[in-house]
Amino acid sequence: MIIKLILLVCLAGAALVLIRGKRSALSLLLRRSLTLVVIVVGGVAVLFPGAVTEVAQAVGVGRGTDLVLYLLCVTFLFVTIALYLRLNEMHDRYVELARQLALHEADPQAHDTHLDSRDHERR
Amino acid sequence: MRHDRPTAPTALVIPMHNEASVISGVIAAARAHFATIICVDDGSADDCAALAREAGAIVVRHPTNLGQGAALETGIRHALRLRDIEYVVTFDADGQHDVRDAASMVRMAQDLDLQVVLGSRFLEPTGTVPAHRRAVLRAAVRFTRSTTGLDVTDAHNGLRVLRRDAAERIRLRLHGMSHASEILNVIARESFSYGEHPVTVTYTSYSQAKGQRGYNALNILYDLALHRLRAAA
Repeated sequence: MIIKLILLVCLAGAALVLIRGKRSALSLLLRRSLTLVVIVVGGVAVLFPGAVTEVAQAVGVGRGTDLVLYLLCVTFLFVTIALYLRLNEMHDRYVELARQLALHEADPQAHDTHLDSRDHERR
Repeated sequence: MRHDRPTAPTALVIPMHNEASVISGVIAAARAHFATIICVDDGSADDCAALAREAGAIVVRHPTNLGQGAALETGIRHALRLRDIEYVVTFDADGQHDVRDAASMVRMAQDLDLQVVLGSRFLEPTGTVPAHRRAVLRAAVRFTRSTTGLDVTDAHNGLRVLRRDAAERIRLRLHGMSHASEILNVIARESFSYGEHPVTVTYTSYSQAKGQRGYNALNILYDLALHRLRAAA
C-alpha cells in the first residue's frame, strides 16, 4: 500500500528534523510551500469532496476522511517538532541574554558584553 | 592527600537557588581555603544573595531561574574575567562538599599538571552514599565510561577543578541538570588531561531534599542522546 510508504517516510522525516535540530533556508522554503499547498488542496477538497475519497482509494486508504486524519497527524507532528526546536532556540538566546545582564550587573567595568560567537554559528 | 590553601589563584564557583539557610556557613568554611568565591544566584526567592555577599562572596544574580547548568556557566565565565585566576572549582551550595577536598584537588591539578580534576565518591570505599542513590550513580558511571571512554568512577559529582585553559573551552549548552555529563563529554572530546580525587559527600536531609529525583537520570539520558545525535548529524 502506497499510504504505508508515505506515512513511514513522513515519520522518518520528522525524526530527522528533530535530530538535526536546526532550521535552514531550505526548511523555511518547504514550510512556506507546504502551507500554500495545504490551502490550495484544502480549497479543492471543499469544492470536490469526492476527489478526496478517490485519492484515498488510489493510495490504499478506504475513506477520504481517514486519509485526511492521517495527514493531520503527520502535520501535527511536524508542527510540534518545529515549535519545540524554535522554543529551544529562543530559550538558548534568553539564557545568554539573562547571563550577560547578570555578568554586567556584577561587574559593569568589564566591557565584555558581546555575545559568545559560538551562539551565532548555530544559526 | 590533604593540603591547605592552594598556592595558585583559584575561584570557587557556587551555583545557588534558595539556599539562605545554609549558604553563610558554606561560604565561611570555603573562605578558610579560597580567597575568591563566586556565588551565582539562580533567581532565588529568598535572600541568599545578600547573605552570600555578607559572607564575603562575589554574587552574580540571574534575573530569573535559568537552571543549574546555566548558573555554572555564568559563574565560570565570571571567574575567567578575573585575569589572575588560574583554576576554577565548581562547588555545591547545599553543604554536601568538603572544602578541604576542593583545596587538595587544586593542589593535585598543580602537582600533576592536570587540566581537570574530578571529585569521586567511589574512589575510596565509603558507606555514606544512600543505597538507592548508589544504584542510579553506578548506572550513570557505566553509561559514561562506555559512551565517553573516560576512566572515571563517578559521573555526577558537582565538585571539580578546571584549569583556565580547560574552563575557557567549556561552553555549557544544557542549562538544566545534564551539565555534569556535558562536561565529561567535553573532556573526552577535547582530550583534556584529567584525574580523579576521592571526596566525601555529606548527605544531609537538607541536601537530599534539594537533590534530584532518581528518575531525572532518564531526562539526562534523553538530553545526552539528542545532543549526541545532533553532533553526529
